[in-house]
Amino acid sequence: MSLRDSPLGELKVPLTWTAAVAVAVAIVAVIALLVSDRRDSFRAEAYGATRGVADQVLTPAGEALSAPGRWTGAGIETIKGYFFAISENRRLKTELKEMSQWRDVALALRNENARYRSLLGLKTDPPIPMVAARVVTDSRGPFANTRLANAGREKGVKVGNPVMSETGLVGRIIGVTDGASRVLLLTDTASKVPVMIDRTNARAILTGDGGPNPKLEYLRGQTPVKEGDRVITSGDGGVIPRGLPVGTAVRGLDGRWRVVLASDKSPIDFVRVLLFQDFTQLIDQRELAKREVPPPTAGALTLAPQPATPPAPGAAKTSAPKPAAVSPKPSALAGKPASAAESRKSPAAKPLAGPPAAKSTSGKAPGDKAAKASVKSPRAKAGAAKPPSAPKPPARTEPKVVSEDAEPPT
Amino acid sequence: MSAARSLEPWRWIGVPMVQALGVTILFGIPLRIWGLQLPEPVFPMAAVFAWGVIRPSIIAPAAIVLMGLSLDVFWGGPFGLWALCLLVAYGVVLASRSMISGQSRAALWGFYAAVTAIAFGVGVLVAGLKDQNLPGLIPLAWQYLATIVLYPFADRLIEMFEDADVRFR
Repeated sequence: MSLRDSPLGELKVPLTWTAAVAVAVAIVAVIALLVSDRRDSFRAEAYGATRGVADQVLTPAGEALSAPGRWTGAGIETIKGYFFAISENRRLKTELKEMSQWRDVALALRNENARYRSLLGLKTDPPIPMVAARVVTDSRGPFANTRLANAGREKGVKVGNPVMSETGLVGRIIGVTDGASRVLLLTDTASKVPVMIDRTNARAILTGDGGPNPKLEYLRGQTPVKEGDRVITSGDGGVIPRGLPVGTAVRGLDGRWRVVLASDKSPIDFVRVLLFQDFTQLIDQRELAKREVPPPTAGALTLAPQPATPPAPGAAKTSAPKPAAVSPKPSALAGKPASAAESRKSPAAKPLAGPPAAKSTSGKAPGDKAAKASVKSPRAKAGAAKPPSAPKPPARTEPKVVSEDAEPPT
Repeated sequence: MSAARSLEPWRWIGVPMVQALGVTILFGIPLRIWGLQLPEPVFPMAAVFAWGVIRPSIIAPAAIVLMGLSLDVFWGGPFGLWALCLLVAYGVVLASRSMISGQSRAALWGFYAAVTAIAFGVGVLVAGLKDQNLPGLIPLAWQYLATIVLYPFADRLIEMFEDADVRFR
């Protein structure tokens, strides 16, 4: 009897179909996992317990596996140092001569800076504490560029902390557990870091694509960047401090501006995790959102709710000014350029971001300031430029100005 | 050609899975030789291709999910990305099994390259949707080339177990 005629032959089709069903079910389950994944999130809990436990297990294994490589590297460096000691000594002496000149310049500049700071009353950023860590594993494919470092929660490392090598920015922390933390490199497709060109202050977003040279996206201006320009972090968004060296701008083969990373100059075996926290991370955003509006001062204009339907001409004359001009933009108060951090503010705070208030009028109520600002608005100017034949308003009082603003569109 | 072995799951699925993950971890150490990093091939792809050719199985998809998720955890990529890519590759091999089994080594190598390309295509699609940013062609090509040169490992596995189950010859 041949195999085809045997009862075992009947098993072939069901097993194939069962395997196909198993594949389909597994694909659905995996897609669900993929959709729920938030690896690049700034929330510590988004990293997941599975990844945390795996990182804890992988860290000692990676350390043990990479130890022979480290020892070999150190041995080679020792031998090289022995054989090239004279040439290195010569090079270092030349470098020292140049550096001592630069040291004098730096000391003079430091002194000058200190004087300017005291004159201006500037509040400078406090020094950022940092933690050293060793990289134990490294992934470098097109879909994931991360590294596992052997410093974790116990050393105060948090999700979002920037990571630097001795030469430049490497990435940021995306997951922390006890004894280990995962670093998302600047080259990962999920990495988007606000940077600026040192020469022109032009802003851009450094976007990784899995390759060694991430792209500069959203560059604005005519010629914001030139070949060889230094790229540093802009500090926008408040996650990474301003001024960290990132690399040098180059034109890629695809015609796009890319960055040769400064951190690539040396092997990233040791990194420094900056325990940086911006003021936007320190303040309690929920407390800010539920802040109560102070009561109106005596004699100041009260804020009336905007009517749903266009008001009658007579009624418009007595309406209150819009709250948009009541107070200046919060970013202007903080003396900080508008940043992504502002966009995270509650919608309730958005109406405050109106046109900046006119020159400070000390001794006047806030309502007066608002009225002045309304007068300077383009619509008010249009109203003032009416032909002389038009009936002149009896007096340029604040409610009148506001009524022009509140005119229904024709 | 070596003699056919008995088709016990730990033997044709378990051992290759552990080997593939072990080699992946070994290649994940931060080592540079003359400033160059080690390549990062997708070792499990060879095992996945061989499993599909050897015979259909219910255990294989589960092992593939486990292997893919392990890759994602180890490499720090999106959780489920490699599990999906490897499952799609396995599904393609399974669907075209009757066409490819018994072909020459060169033809199978070509088919392996095509299946790997499909898996990488799925990866690009998922990365593009998740990160709103497509991976670069050069790193993609490097990893693809490093993966397709692994076919001899898949071929060895196929040679070892292809004739083990007479129902699926």
